[in-house]
Amino acid sequence: MQSVADDQQTDTAAHARHGALSRRRVDLSWMAIAALIVSLAALLPLGFVLWVTVDTGWDTASAMLFRPRVGELLINTVLLVAITVPLCITLSVALAWLTERSDLPGARLWSWLSVAPLAVPAFVHSYAWISLVPGLSGLPAGVLVSLIAYFPFVYLPVSAMLRRLDPALEDQAASLGLRPAKVFLFVVLPQLRLAICGGGLLVGLHLLAEYGLFVMIRFDTFTTAIVDQFQSTYNGLAANMLAIVLVVCCFALLGLEAAIRGRSRYARVGSGSARIVQKQALGRATILCLLVPILASVLSLGAPALTLTRWLIAGGAGVWRVDEIGRAIGQTLFLAFAGGIMTTAAAIPMAWLSVRRPGKLHRVLEGCNYLASSLPGVVVALALVTITVRVALPLYQTLFTILLAYMIMFLPRALVSLRASIAQAPVELEQAAGSLGRSPARALWAVTIRLAAPGAAAGMALSSLGIINELTATQMLAPNGTRTLAMAFWALSSEIDYAAAAPYALIMIVFSLPLTWLLYVQSKRIAGR
Amino acid sequence: MTFLQLTGLEKYYGPVAALGGVDLDVTAGSRTAIVGPSGSGKTTLLRLIAGFDVPDAGNVTLDGARLADGRTAVPAYLRGIGVVAQDGALFPHLTVADNIGFGLAGRDATRHGRIGELMEMVGLENSMLKRKPDELSGGQQQRVALARALARKPKLMLLDEPFSALDTGLRATTRKAVADLLAAEGVTTILVTHDQAEALSFADQVAVMRDGLLSQVGTPRDLYLRPKNPMIAEFLGEAIILTADVRDGFADCAFGQVAVDDSSRQGRVDIMLRPEQISLAVNSAQSQGIGAPLVEVVEIDFGGAACTVSLRLAGLSGAPMERLSLRQPSTQLPDIGATMQIAILGKAHIFAA
Repeated sequence: MQSVADDQQTDTAAHARHGALSRRRVDLSWMAIAALIVSLAALLPLGFVLWVTVDTGWDTASAMLFRPRVGELLINTVLLVAITVPLCITLSVALAWLTERSDLPGARLWSWLSVAPLAVPAFVHSYAWISLVPGLSGLPAGVLVSLIAYFPFVYLPVSAMLRRLDPALEDQAASLGLRPAKVFLFVVLPQLRLAICGGGLLVGLHLLAEYGLFVMIRFDTFTTAIVDQFQSTYNGLAANMLAIVLVVCCFALLGLEAAIRGRSRYARVGSGSARIVQKQALGRATILCLLVPILASVLSLGAPALTLTRWLIAGGAGVWRVDEIGRAIGQTLFLAFAGGIMTTAAAIPMAWLSVRRPGKLHRVLEGCNYLASSLPGVVVALALVTITVRVALPLYQTLFTILLAYMIMFLPRALVSLRASIAQAPVELEQAAGSLGRSPARALWAVTIRLAAPGAAAGMALSSLGIINELTATQMLAPNGTRTLAMAFWALSSEIDYAAAAPYALIMIVFSLPLTWLLYVQSKRIAGR
Repeated sequence: MTFLQLTGLEKYYGPVAALGGVDLDVTAGSRTAIVGPSGSGKTTLLRLIAGFDVPDAGNVTLDGARLADGRTAVPAYLRGIGVVAQDGALFPHLTVADNIGFGLAGRDATRHGRIGELMEMVGLENSMLKRKPDELSGGQQQRVALARALARKPKLMLLDEPFSALDTGLRATTRKAVADLLAAEGVTTILVTHDQAEALSFADQVAVMRDGLLSQVGTPRDLYLRPKNPMIAEFLGEAIILTADVRDGFADCAFGQVAVDDSSRQGRVDIMLRPEQISLAVNSAQSQGIGAPLVEVVEIDFGGAACTVSLRLAGLSGAPMERLSLRQPSTQLPDIGATMQIAILGKAHIFAA
């Protein structure tokens, strides 16, 4: 009798185990399905571009594409990228070397000031310069302002990488007879290639996608032309055609970066711990070297600070229209918060898959998401406008559509942070929790979710920052009556009411500062292993 | 003939003295090992010789040329000193061939030939030339690093714990290969290590380093058998250190009468025996000499080729040297509880007063 009861007990236990097992499998496939849906949504803009290309037909398309106007825009865009990106790289590498590897006085301060321009939205940089130098326009102005606005994207990874480099390699090169300049050229610079490529790509993609910065200084790129077309004729063929060229430019940039980056692995070989880097004494060159960060900071931070102060003083208390500003803050924060949550939630399945079930599927899906988010906001917006108008009219200019656009644009930001923190919770911890009597779901909650929470918060913050400063897609997609900080700033400065626009710029900067600080600290921490 | 001479070398990191005045002479073509626990300053010393750091005081002279005189120093890239770092420090962005050829000028056929020659010298196959460093095993990486350092025919080669990252079997063979190669090339070599066995087997001259100072310099044999103090004795290997009364070349100690290496000393001193000087024999009535001590086997730790036998000196309970561990081959293991006789081979060493 006893043994029968025992048998039954084992049976039930086995059954329960089996149940848990199959439930787990269901969970997994739910995760995969969710990731798939998110990726398909992310692919909408690309699908739209393909569809437009096929739908238009070659004759119409070629008539629209091979026009002097398109050629002009192409030349503008190519020149802008080809001049700005190398300048950004040169400035950033110089700043990174000075702040990380030399005895430059106040290196930490300069390092922070080299990241700080990120807190100022690109179109605010432009606003600062146009009100300082009203005649500013054309390619030189475009290069100057985008250099100032975007160089931190290269500075951040390059300085982090420079800290991580093993100084033993530089010693080794010196013992093999290379003078310091050659050591930098042949040993340090090649190892910075990955960071330079990544940062340069980011700058390039921003140059292709930026709208406000270039409109304000009257420099035409594909993005500004598309928005112009869109504002004159909704859902026009001309805008769609330009979008195709823009996407091709984007892919060309991605391809170029991949080709330059190559397949090199720069993993540190060996197991010894990296020693503390010796700082290069600048000696009499100190004064000259100090000019580089001083000039960069004056141009990138001094100009916006000066302009804002001037307009805020000129505007006095009158520009602080509390109700309007309050409404804009409320709407912006709501969109940023909702968009941040949605983006982070959408990133969870993908992040979980890539850590727990890495394989072909997740790599393909992840690739889709990175590709989609590298498309300019104007293309994403154009695609969602066309799709909602043609297929799902009730969704046109609704909260859902704008949040979807945010998700497509900012998903990788959430993904990167989430994945890193889920990877912090190795599956063994989940199993340990299981062996201590937690059910799989409770183990997941008690271990993985808890450990991933800071990463999720960081990812959400990063996507929210993007949303706060987003202008192009928000303008094209937001429900009627929406007026975010960026939109209000843009509307006022377009009316040349620079004084009234100043409070909005200030508020955007204030919101962005903590996150910029976070980015700075994170890059230091990653480096300071 | 002195090839490398270090005089009064000092280096401070803040208030901490990493080197407190080091003097060392190295003969041309010889191999010197600097051995010491981690943090003793041996790597700092190496970096000063290589020119990666500048001394705060003292000087470095190589082959008659003054490389460092206080804070004025010739930079590393002008010194022509080869360095092999702990983990090889291969350039991760270059292939094996480019790593080896890094310090060679030109891009012509002679350079290519020299690379092939070096590969052969360190015993690597030419098929590896196109590989990246992370596609090599640890031992191969060290060989490439050695070939790279040899490429410029350095006057002096510095090895910074180059074998410590390798696993035990590989370590011994790589060490032997490197020692033979450097001897064949006639390159004066300095090895820095924390592994005393490595230092003893590699070098003609061993310098023991402690707290930024060289405590003793000499041949491996000299240092092992006649260390200056108990600390050096224990650092270089297992040591049995006893207090004894010495008279006319013999010490009266726990092991009875033992011959000592310095017959001029008299009175109460510390003496040292290496465990391999003590042999175990079955206790038989015939061999019982005067004062030959008896021991009881307390415990046997079976360890294959070398087993550890723990012994208690009979009739000496309460004495400072009550217990004694000896290594024995597995074929000659006594029984636990057996009474054995011990004999001392050679002489005990008396530490300097």
